[in-house]
Amino acid sequence: MPLVRLDAEDDSDGWRAAARALALAEIPPDRISWQVGDAPADLFADAPGPLPPPVAGAQFGVPRRFVDLAESVILHSDPQRFSLLYAMLMRLRREPGLIGDEADPLLRRLEDLAKSVRRDIHKMRAFLRFREAPDDDGEPRFIAWFEPEHHILRANAGFFVRRFATMRWSILTPRGSLHWDGDTVLEGPPASREDAPEGDPIEAVWKTYYGSTFNPARLKIDMMTKEMPRKYWKNMPETALVPGLIAAAQRRESQMIATAHAAPPVHANAAKALEALREEGAHCTRCPLWKPATQTVFGEGPADARLMFVGEQPGDQEDLAGHPFVGPAGQLFDRALAEAGVDRAAAYVTNAVKHFKFERRGKRRIHERPNAGEITACRWWIDQERQIVKPALTVALGATAAHSLLGKAVTLSKLRGAPIALPDGSEGWVTVHPSFLLRLPDEARRAEEYAAFVTDLRRIGERVAALA
Amino acid sequence: MAQLDVREKLEILADAAKYDASCASSGTAKRSSAGQKDGIGSTEGMGICHAYAPDGRCISLLKILLTNSCIFDCHYCINRKSSNVRRARFTAKEVVDLTLAFYRRNYIEGLFLSSGIIRSSDYTMEQIVEVARSLREDHGFRGYIHLKTIPDADPLLLEAAGRHADRLSINIELPTVAGLARLAPEKDSTRIEGAMGALKSSIEDGRDAVKRYRSAPSFAPAGQSTQMIVGADAATDRDIVGRAASLYDRHQLRRVYYSAFSPIPDASTVLPLKRPPLMREHRLYQSDWMMRFYGYRPQEIAAAADPASGMLPLDIDPKLAWALRFRESFPVDVNRAPREALLRVPGLGVKAVDAILATRRWRRLRLEDVARLTRGIAKLRPFLIAADWRPVALADSADPLPQAAAPREQLELFAA
Repeated sequence: MPLVRLDAEDDSDGWRAAARALALAEIPPDRISWQVGDAPADLFADAPGPLPPPVAGAQFGVPRRFVDLAESVILHSDPQRFSLLYAMLMRLRREPGLIGDEADPLLRRLEDLAKSVRRDIHKMRAFLRFREAPDDDGEPRFIAWFEPEHHILRANAGFFVRRFATMRWSILTPRGSLHWDGDTVLEGPPASREDAPEGDPIEAVWKTYYGSTFNPARLKIDMMTKEMPRKYWKNMPETALVPGLIAAAQRRESQMIATAHAAPPVHANAAKALEALREEGAHCTRCPLWKPATQTVFGEGPADARLMFVGEQPGDQEDLAGHPFVGPAGQLFDRALAEAGVDRAAAYVTNAVKHFKFERRGKRRIHERPNAGEITACRWWIDQERQIVKPALTVALGATAAHSLLGKAVTLSKLRGAPIALPDGSEGWVTVHPSFLLRLPDEARRAEEYAAFVTDLRRIGERVAALA
Repeated sequence: MAQLDVREKLEILADAAKYDASCASSGTAKRSSAGQKDGIGSTEGMGICHAYAPDGRCISLLKILLTNSCIFDCHYCINRKSSNVRRARFTAKEVVDLTLAFYRRNYIEGLFLSSGIIRSSDYTMEQIVEVARSLREDHGFRGYIHLKTIPDADPLLLEAAGRHADRLSINIELPTVAGLARLAPEKDSTRIEGAMGALKSSIEDGRDAVKRYRSAPSFAPAGQSTQMIVGADAATDRDIVGRAASLYDRHQLRRVYYSAFSPIPDASTVLPLKRPPLMREHRLYQSDWMMRFYGYRPQEIAAAADPASGMLPLDIDPKLAWALRFRESFPVDVNRAPREALLRVPGLGVKAVDAILATRRWRRLRLEDVARLTRGIAKLRPFLIAADWRPVALADSADPLPQAAAPREQLELFAA
């Protein structure tokens, strides 16, 4: 059995020369034994001898695709690759077009080997990590330790030269090493991991980036390991973070579920954000109400208030003063709050609509109810106030406020007196607007409704305390 | 406020950028540093993913914001001005140094720079362009640069951005105009599309010039892309597919990215109340693929969606969903059918179809031949006729395949 000795695992020129000579001499595939360097030969192989003498004038061509395929396959670590390729070559001599028969089992096997090599080449380009270390002359050199699966080191050198041409670098692998000085690639012997330096300070910065760019809401561990198999992890600094990131994501998620309705944290920025919003609101022209009104009457109160009251819209006095709930209804509201034992100073008080809408009758400006379009236009502001303040409980005073809070017209009497779950997870309540009490002509009815209003406020106060 | 060091800024500004789905670094002109005296970097057409995060996304570029301060207040955005996240701002030099330090260690393919809008659109765009300019001109950087451009910025700034960047993108933000008006009232879809149109003509002019004059500067050789947020408004999959198709047509985008909305209310440490609709995002990417590589028209994908809800099924992929709705198109004969028909077989990819076509010249394909060319044959069998296989006609068979399961409705965070 003829024995062919190749110079190196990736000696594709050697294989081609030998394969051509053997094929011309019509030596069948199963009669040849392929060996690399001094590796022990097949038990039944002959001693390496000269290749068959060249056949005079004999030439044969193979399809370009086979040449490319062979170049990739030879880099594979499967020892059978040489004879598989030779078998394919023998078949293609008779019928070169067979290279197009994609379903052929031998071609598929070779394609699979080539694919695995291409993947290994790609992963080396992706996952190799340089560390900076000073050279003998004090100049920086970038050194990487990588463990390829196949014999791809030499074939992959060009990529690193093209990319890092002006850097000095070394790539160390168990199969050999490459050294670039800005001019030529020198090949070196196999290395071990200890030959590569440790501790590049940029590694910590890179890990910071890796940890921050991960979105814990989208855990997809299978996707990650499919593209970045664990065998590469040990030489990639950032992968040390993976178990921690996964564990923390799951922990944060279960904590979030457990505390979904607990009080949100109070943020120092809220007051600033609210101030900016107020400033912006002063120039609001989202609906035509800004034209006749004197000014925007924005909400007031602590930015971290746990309780928010939403009224309908500013009245005549509020419009002039620029503050919510300062007119007759506001005074009644204050009295009711005091009786109910609710501290107004701790609550955020605002209106569903921020501009005074009125009808002029002689010298008086008579309040006019805002329509659905105006309520919707102004929801922009109230939504943002609620997002910043994040009250645990929001009270809509009157039907207009309830419309704004719930996004649709509702019947007050049906919803009054019970908590309503709001989409953001907080709680909503509805009750009457204090101006409704002022408008009741019948004294007895007024006293009755006032008492009911105070009762509502008391329950709301208790509920806020309970939510704390 | 105490000065933040670069690492702290990186933590904040990488976190702030992580909701942007686009990360590809492919499709640009080839560049190399070989034989050069200085500078660094190369691009070889194919982008490289240098790492993967546990969220399954690849890390190809250093993807950060220049600053997460913003004068806008888009509801879906973590960086909106009313959000209480910590704010930080990089200097141009800090971004340049970080990019180069990471690149030299082979951590990344380049930079993807975006920013919150501070002071004005022009001011912000100037800062973004300055980073790219410095990388290219001061440091001879030949790696990949993707810049997010701001639609309102001065055309001269966009011109400069295109000269330095491989890819430019403008986010369409939301799939419907109504959604944009509600969730990003300060943004305007006409202006956004106007800017995309302008970019398209600059890119075309650039290509044209490069063809004629070798020395012409290239303009965004990797083209432009966009991103839309999925799940923040009531847009259906049918709306989204239609919008994406019109963007591809009108502005010749390279890619439309779909980003599942993470309803993260505030700081990044607080997780969303609901997991983002990742499967829906995945189905949209599959439908995008069908349009770009399989020859489906957007109306056909819309026809694969549930007629009532307008949503693609979540339990099966859209190609299978289409096949089940149009059973009369199957089975397809692997030995006779044209390429277009084979491409519609669920489970057959472009590579497999090309391999089938090549093989047909050599043999009549049997089922086992097809199996060697594809990942698995089980899924294909009901849709194929092979030399040794003829399935029961799909239309006659009792449902052999999974049907759309229980109704799936996605909750809306900002439901009215």
